[in-house]
Amino acid sequence: MSRLAELLPALLVAAPILLATVPIVLGLRFERTGWSVAAVTTTALFAATAYLAAAVYETGRVVHVLGNWGEPQGIGIELVADEFSVLIALLVTLTAAGVLAYMRVGGPRGNTFYAGYLLLIGGLLGLSLTGDVFNMFVFLEIVGLATYAMIASGDGPESAVAALKYLILGTVGASMYLIGVGFLFMATGALNMQVLGEVIPAVVEEGGSDLTLLRAAFAFIFVGFALKVAQWPLHTWQPDAYQHAPDGVTPVIAALVSTVSAYALGRVMYNVFGPEFLTATPYLTEIVVTVGCVSVLAGSTLAVIQRDVKRMFAYSSVSQFGLVVAAYGLVTQTAFVGAVIHLIGHGVMKAGLFIAAGVIALGYGARTVNEYAGLAKNRPVAAASTGILLIALIGIPPSAGFIGKWYIAVGAVEAELWPVAAVIFLSTMLTLAYAARLLEKMYFTPPTPVESPHPPGRVAADGGEPEAGVETARDGGSLLEGDSIRRGSPDAVSFGMVAILVAIAVAAVLLGFAGGAFFEWLEPFTEEVFTE
Amino acid sequence: MIEGAIDILATRYAYALMFVLMGIGMYMMIANENLVKKLIGVNLFQTAIFLFFVAVAYVEGGKAPIVPADSSPGELAMASPLPHVIVLTAIVVGIALTAVGLALIVRIYAEYGTLREDTLREVRADE
Repeated sequence: MSRLAELLPALLVAAPILLATVPIVLGLRFERTGWSVAAVTTTALFAATAYLAAAVYETGRVVHVLGNWGEPQGIGIELVADEFSVLIALLVTLTAAGVLAYMRVGGPRGNTFYAGYLLLIGGLLGLSLTGDVFNMFVFLEIVGLATYAMIASGDGPESAVAALKYLILGTVGASMYLIGVGFLFMATGALNMQVLGEVIPAVVEEGGSDLTLLRAAFAFIFVGFALKVAQWPLHTWQPDAYQHAPDGVTPVIAALVSTVSAYALGRVMYNVFGPEFLTATPYLTEIVVTVGCVSVLAGSTLAVIQRDVKRMFAYSSVSQFGLVVAAYGLVTQTAFVGAVIHLIGHGVMKAGLFIAAGVIALGYGARTVNEYAGLAKNRPVAAASTGILLIALIGIPPSAGFIGKWYIAVGAVEAELWPVAAVIFLSTMLTLAYAARLLEKMYFTPPTPVESPHPPGRVAADGGEPEAGVETARDGGSLLEGDSIRRGSPDAVSFGMVAILVAIAVAAVLLGFAGGAFFEWLEPFTEEVFTE
Repeated sequence: MIEGAIDILATRYAYALMFVLMGIGMYMMIANENLVKKLIGVNLFQTAIFLFFVAVAYVEGGKAPIVPADSSPGELAMASPLPHVIVLTAIVVGIALTAVGLALIVRIYAEYGTLREDTLREVRADE
């Protein structure tokens, strides 16, 4: 293992957090440096993560012990890059770099915003790489803080209310997790995940009061993560947060924040508590599976009745994460791989769908399902990409949505939990219900010449100059030909926005062929977890 | 059963108190209409957790965890330092959260002119 690969886990966390100060410092002299700093940093982070992934592929786990507290094991905080965490880190860095292509023109602007953005990325990478349960709490809160600030960077007053709601609920979630960590520490005296994973099976065998403490710890940790991952009935913050965040921020939050929390839940469930504890505790898997399944049904049903497109996608996230949590509760290797694939697939698809929502709101002035009427005729590329992503979300092969659901369904059959398989089937039907509403509006409903209730164009925040193109489009009134409706301003949409949207749509389809590759890549990790 | 409960209350009353405090914080967070008081409730909730951690670290007859240079470490009875460090970190996190929360409340007050949640709901419903 090369020296550099061993350093990388620490650098991946420290670099974005330190570089978050650069946009503010440079902002004293130059006006718009934030985007460039963020673009360079995220691209470099992606390259570094790719290098780390290659090192993990060659040599297995890469562990960095902070502060050289290596001996005895478990004293120092460890940053661990293994097959599971590197996969999530790749998703984080790639999405972070990709969404910047939208933010370049679509905003939000301002150097302080990009400082927050880099903090968020640093927190997310820390959350995915940490090997210590208390360190995980700190990164949960760093991610939370950065997210609240990013949501509140929206123009409207609603965004502050949504952010405060998320702040209160998110803090309760993280605090619940902290109580769970306290009980874990009482029961075992350890905080290091590796050490905990070795101690806990012995405690399970021994029983007694320590086992009771462990069960209480799991209950608190699970409720805390259910809040962070937005499981029904603790999901109420998510629709508000996703809807009222600026269009450029929602893709990042929707694709990464809950995804990495769900990853952390999987890490704690399988690496710390272990399959043995999960199956040995009465009613544990049943409760986890039920929470997941109810979220799937409630989330998709609520999505069907939404009028606002971003809100609809937000409820859809509740149901997709429900699938992941249900898959965690199945405790089979196939279902676990399915959960990881679905986490990544859902992240990619939701990033794409929210970018699409932003592009369409900017260029077509449409924010509700009804306003999407006639989109295919007027904005064929955006409509086609949205269509592909929606079809992928339903889970029609070949797509990222299909392979995740497929593996989870196979896992449910393996575990002989037929209700779960039925819920997956039902969720596909319900996803079809809300996706078909949008597809029908875009492709088969003629556009209605109503004045858009959402005036297009952006408020130039923080002294950013509005693009020249926007001004001319609004003042000059460039009428489009035929029965095209003049809404929004197509000039507000940059080439970069459309390019990243199309790239994500293509990626969502290509991921549909990668099921076997994911399974093989995760095999060393799952073998170790499931064969103990 | 009852004797056992009384015994636990007599020896572990700190834990019981902490969870009562936690409940008060949570009740305040849910039931109070004033946004600032809601945030105070969040703070109380977190403080209860910090106290819980400190109580976990307590060792009967233990001293402050400062190891003198000359004594043999095995014979010393002292409180576990790790939970204290955890609480220090968690306090810092809690302060950051309070700051962000108060900033958001200031902004909500500037936009809507109210700190009460019920009034806020009415104002937003009218828009």
